Amino acid sequence: MQVPAPFEYERATSVEHAIALRTQLGEEARFIAGGHSLLPMMKLRLANPEYLIDINDLDELFYITRADDEIRIGAMTRHRELLDSDLLAEHFPIFRDAEKVIADPVVRNRGTLGGSLCQADPSEDLSAVCTTLDASCVIKSTDGERIVSMQDFHVGPYETAVGDTEMLTEIRIPLKAGGGSAYEKVERRAGDWAVVSSGVAVWMSNGTIDDGRVGLAAVGPNTTSIGPVAEALRGAAPSEEFYEQVGEIAAANCSPQTDQRGTAAYKTHLAKELTRRSLRRAVARAQGQEA
Amino acid sequence: MQVTMTINGQEVSEEIEPRLLLVHFIRDQLGLTGTHWGCDTSNCGTCVVLIDGEPVKSCTQLAAMASGHDITTVEGLEVDGELDPVQEGFMQCHGLQCGFCTPGMMLTARALLNADPDPSEEVIREAISGQICRCTGYSTIVRSIQWAADHETDVSVGSAS
Ligand SMILES: Cc1cc2nc3c(=O)[nH]c(=O)nc-3n(C[C@H](O)[C@H](O)[C@H](O)COP(=O)(O)OP(=O)(O)OC[C@H]3O[C@@H](n4cnc5c(N)ncnc54)[C@H](O)[C@@H]3O)c2cc1C
Ligand code: FES
Ligand code: FES
Repeated sequence: MQVPAPFEYERATSVEHAIALRTQLGEEARFIAGGHSLLPMMKLRLANPEYLIDINDLDELFYITRADDEIRIGAMTRHRELLDSDLLAEHFPIFRDAEKVIADPVVRNRGTLGGSLCQADPSEDLSAVCTTLDASCVIKSTDGERIVSMQDFHVGPYETAVGDTEMLTEIRIPLKAGGGSAYEKVERRAGDWAVVSSGVAVWMSNGTIDDGRVGLAAVGPNTTSIGPVAEALRGAAPSEEFYEQVGEIAAANCSPQTDQRGTAAYKTHLAKELTRRSLRRAVARAQGQEA
Repeated sequence: MQVTMTINGQEVSEEIEPRLLLVHFIRDQLGLTGTHWGCDTSNCGTCVVLIDGEPVKSCTQLAAMASGHDITTVEGLEVDGELDPVQEGFMQCHGLQCGFCTPGMMLTARALLNADPDPSEEVIREAISGQICRCTGYSTIVRSIQWAADHETDVSVGSAS
């Protein structure tokens, strides 16, 4: 039987209260959101916080809304809401692609966007999605708020820019015209973590890709947007040969490790193939040819 | 710490250690052993209970987190001697062999039918995809849930309202 080490439990009643508790309790305290990454780690004693601050009552952190030129998502928004959201599916179909293959429906009832990003697992799918979409993270403390790009959010495996007295409250995704996005993942069995996954987003006009990004999971210490891919996409005309080339650039710029999910060579192959497929689908969507 | 929650329509209030997992609270402290405990790693789904009407793996929730909420376990499916159509369906269509996965399967089925009274086979298979059955090969479970959909009464066990 796996049992977490002893800790004290507090339930936060507002974002301010949560941050005040965190500030007062310091580095031995952790927030608990869905608990579907943290509790398994605590059961294995890989995490041993002395205090848990439960943030599930913070109704103000559950939302998906449209502001002028961005979509804003509260940190406590659960996988299931991300999967079901028509607003997200309309602007960023990559979310629904990814959510369909994250864990299983029961886990998706609990796991949250904020918890996923803060867990900072290199195989985490929503981190790859947010990296692809050039999202930014709103981090709050008693001193106010700061906004951090996905690039700067993940500092290393299982490490983020969120400090001991801070809280991730919102994720913002810029809305730009002519966009299309898609996500492809290979897993060992349904509901498992990615062997490799690849997200692509493009923004097009007159049949040309004005701008584009990738986000790959499980190919290095963090989910990564590969700079040379963005460079290659800028100003390009889509074609099958071009998709192939971009896949090759992705493969050449990632550094997967051999582990129980696959060999480095297999993962490199997947990075290439999945990037190619996601790009093809993102372009089709940007051109209104595929839902 | 003190937790208070509704289990199968009855309020319970208990003193617990904060680290107590919901599955052990239900089984060991309340003695409701219908909720099974299997993999302990949020993979098999036999520990599924409904929290405010939604299926959740209770080996991966703290009892403390459930305080103030409405919990339904498999014992809550039968009301006043009347079996839930899902239970009836599992009997009619041989939805179980050893029965280990059954409590979780039935609760997920109940939640599904509350949200979607006429689910397609694909929707049923997706809904139970986070739960493992080593015996049936799933086909009879799917048929059992279809049977329940065809024989729904006006019960609403586990719905959040
Ligand atoms: C069986 C299973 C399969 C899974 N499969 C996948 C998969 O295929 N792909 C995938 O991407 N994920 C998968 N997951 C992970 C799942 O998506 C987790 O729910 C998610 O990674 C963490 O979300 P959570 O809300 O449960 O976070 P928690 O476990 O509650 O928290 C995780 C970490 O984030 C911190 N935290 C949470 N919220 C905040 C906040 N607002 N501010 C600051 N810190 C915060 C916590 O302190 C903790 O350190 C799986 C999980 C399980 C159990
Ligand atoms: S015991 Fe909870 S999912 Fe297996
Ligand atoms: S009936 Fe035996 S595991 Fe499902």
